[in-house]
Amino acid sequence: MDFGQFLSYIASGTVYTVGVTLIALPAGLLIGTILALFYVYGGKAAARVMNLYSTIFRGIPPVVLLFILFFAVSKGINLSAFWAGSLSLGVVSSAYQMEIVRGALLSVSGDQLMAARAVGLSRMQAIRYVVLPQAVRLAIPPWSNEAAIVIKDSSLVYALGVPEILRRAQLIGASSQQYLLAYLSAAVIYFLLVSLTTRMLNHLEQKLSIPSNP
Amino acid sequence: MPKPILTIKNLTKTYGQNVIFQNLDLTVNEGDTIVIIGPSGTGKSTLLRCVNLLTRPNEGQIWLDDLEITAKGTDEDQVRQHIGMVFQNFLLFNHLTALGNVKLGLTRVKHLSDEEATEKALHELSRVGLADRADHYPGQLSGGQQQRVGIARALAMDPRVMLFDEPTSALDPELIGEVLEVMRKLALDGMTMLVVTHEMGFAREVADRIVFMEKGYIVEEGSPDEMFNHPKFDRTREFLWKITELYGKKEKEAE
Repeated sequence: MDFGQFLSYIASGTVYTVGVTLIALPAGLLIGTILALFYVYGGKAAARVMNLYSTIFRGIPPVVLLFILFFAVSKGINLSAFWAGSLSLGVVSSAYQMEIVRGALLSVSGDQLMAARAVGLSRMQAIRYVVLPQAVRLAIPPWSNEAAIVIKDSSLVYALGVPEILRRAQLIGASSQQYLLAYLSAAVIYFLLVSLTTRMLNHLEQKLSIPSNP
Repeated sequence: MPKPILTIKNLTKTYGQNVIFQNLDLTVNEGDTIVIIGPSGTGKSTLLRCVNLLTRPNEGQIWLDDLEITAKGTDEDQVRQHIGMVFQNFLLFNHLTALGNVKLGLTRVKHLSDEEATEKALHELSRVGLADRADHYPGQLSGGQQQRVGIARALAMDPRVMLFDEPTSALDPELIGEVLEVMRKLALDGMTMLVVTHEMGFAREVADRIVFMEKGYIVEEGSPDEMFNHPKFDRTREFLWKITELYGKKEKEAE
């Protein structure tokens, strides 16, 4: 087997890595944003519940949660390892993303909300049209960090048998006895994926930045 | 017979043990410009916020025209549409252009079409002399321009009354004039205005009545002539003398 075949075997796992990320990250964003809105605007009781959610999911290693959620979920519904793993990672990520969005919401001055209410907007409208658009911009830099973490954590689904990059590197390493080369190849692919993503998000951040004079 | 637009009766606001103001009465008639003056911390800004229901008074009533807006079950959002508010720190929406700032209430509250809202917003911006800055973001505007956009944003809702909370206090001296000029024009056009300010020149020229507040009470109110030339209370005289002296100096320095 030449190096080209060797590498393409590992690289074909990228489909799964990207797939897991593209499910986990948006799922985490959706859940995280909704929870963050409850956290910040839902009153004391809601804040306490959200705080508990955040503490629990951030206090357990992702791979342990992955197993728990996988076996809990797959008992109830027949879900493939790929979907179960992706959604579990999404839940783990939602706790971190909730904190990111919460921080961003709190960074937008309460005066902005007040000014919107003064114009006659309802609380919901003020949050949606005035606070959220500003919070999104503030959230991009920390969110870019979380995106990188989710891409890297997607390697954890290998423990469920999903043939993603790490799983394939392990398999072909074993069969060819070229472990170092296999894992180095995997490392390079992950690195490229992460740096490409970070770059794209930097670009987005600049594109959305609000013009102002120096 | 002058028609009252805003009637405030027995208004009391406390924060815990801290009494901000007590049993306040004030009537604002249609087309009047009322200027509230007084030392800081006497509840002037809180009074404006109560009128706009941004803060709930503890006791007392406020009527807007014939509607008691402090009554239970009042639709606050509905009330605020009819009361324009201009803030000391402008508080423009940072992520929207000048046009976007003025349009937001028109599209989301008044449900105008995008086209109608743009037309109306441009009209309001030209009223404050900023039609050519419509596509600028707040960060690209001077403080004076930002405050004029703030005024246009409030005017766009066609309010019954405009509240100004120290509209020029955060501005560099050379930018105060353009904002006061817009306010002067508004008053001449017959807008009903309740203004908290330390600008004595504006108060003297434009106000129909000046209200002097201190420590949560209205000490004295009257026409500019009465207040500046024949105040009933020494305290009024003292305050006016001090503030005119202070701000007069500032104005000279700015020249």
